[in-house]
Amino acid sequence: MDITITLSDGIPIYRQIANQIRYLAASGRLAPGEELPPIRTLALQLRVTPNTVVKAYGELEAAGVVWKRAGAGTYVSEGLSRLADRERERILEQRLDALLAEAHHLNFTADDVLRMFNERRALMTPVPGGELVRKEKA
Amino acid sequence: MATNVVEVSNLSRSFGQKSALDGVSFQATEGRVYGLVGANGAGKTTLLKHLLGLLRAATGSVRVFGLDPVRDPVGVLRRVGYLSEDRELPEWMRVDELMRYTQAYHPTWDASYARQLLESFALDPSKEVKELSKGMRAQAGLVAAVAHRPELLILDEPSSGLDAVVRRDILDAIVRTVADDGRTVIFSSHLLDEVERMSDHVTMIHHGRVTLSGALDDVRRGYQRSRVRFVEHFDQPPPLDAALAMEGGGRSWSVLHSGSIEQFHHSVLALGGEVIESRDATLEEIFLARAGRGRQPVEAA
Repeated sequence: MDITITLSDGIPIYRQIANQIRYLAASGRLAPGEELPPIRTLALQLRVTPNTVVKAYGELEAAGVVWKRAGAGTYVSEGLSRLADRERERILEQRLDALLAEAHHLNFTADDVLRMFNERRALMTPVPGGELVRKEKA
Repeated sequence: MATNVVEVSNLSRSFGQKSALDGVSFQATEGRVYGLVGANGAGKTTLLKHLLGLLRAATGSVRVFGLDPVRDPVGVLRRVGYLSEDRELPEWMRVDELMRYTQAYHPTWDASYARQLLESFALDPSKEVKELSKGMRAQAGLVAAVAHRPELLILDEPSSGLDAVVRRDILDAIVRTVADDGRTVIFSSHLLDEVERMSDHVTMIHHGRVTLSGALDDVRRGYQRSRVRFVEHFDQPPPLDAALAMEGGGRSWSVLHSGSIEQFHHSVLALGGEVIESRDATLEEIFLARAGRGRQPVEAA
């Protein structure tokens, strides 16, 4: 499982793990029903205390993202789609909040941001893979 | 009722005139990892040596598994694994002799686990300890410390002077000790990123006193790092409430502060500034501020 821990931005490690698993589940890179790595395995991979992984899995279970089978593993919940929609929104909201705060400090209005958003959007073009890429300069 | 694996109460210790520990209390419960941080000479090793019964408590008390490690060294030490800072090992022994020697003291020795670890470290059992490199010496010491599957693993500066590969071996040993049936680990380190990753609980020792102790998340939650911008220029750090350390100059300052965030905002606002962003402080930032470095005198002009 592709998870990266950073210590420079002050976010607790268990929350970084939980957030990234939410993201992997919301984006479909973790499929419903898929088993998460055992606590020991993930702790060894990330070099964190196992209790941190326990805490991350616990938080995800409380949020309904995963469920634990007694005496077995931890699995991504089925029927996550509505939650995943909410999760996808949440990810974008966080980015937007940061963008709006930055814009405010650089003295741009929300209308400026909207105008720039549309300008940038016009420069992007969808390619067959479903991705958006910058258009080649004319 | 669950008892603490380690219970240190009000422990003080002096070496001659120099006070090494001053009223230290410390508890460790089962299944958790305890990180001990502090500058060299802060008292970390002295505290650990008391847990092992290598030093007798002059004032205060030390209990490990409810026992006094000085009066009952056998009862304590057979349940403890220890890797010392300078990895004192009998120089003249071969690696396999070291294993047999250590095994003799530990009825719970798991010979196949020891063999498996030696193999994974590619340690030659026929080599003498004095021929080992620094990293190999740490690995041999680590096998001797964990192969009896101790209930309590004590590591004193285990990463000190080691390359990334051997450091990883040490961290893996910590994870395995805790993950496999909930044993307890206490380790000291000056590498704060390592402590932040590996500890459930952190204790900061400064000049022989505990300056900070608690669950890592609780400790970190008490401190924030904020970027602050003012209308006017400040040549000196602006006098803000609960600020422990400040960097910057002129209109932009980065402030490490504790306590209520609202109060901090008010304090910034009162000086004609605004808080641009706040986040939880990293352990390193807290440590530097608490150890008195990074602190600039905040005095009224």
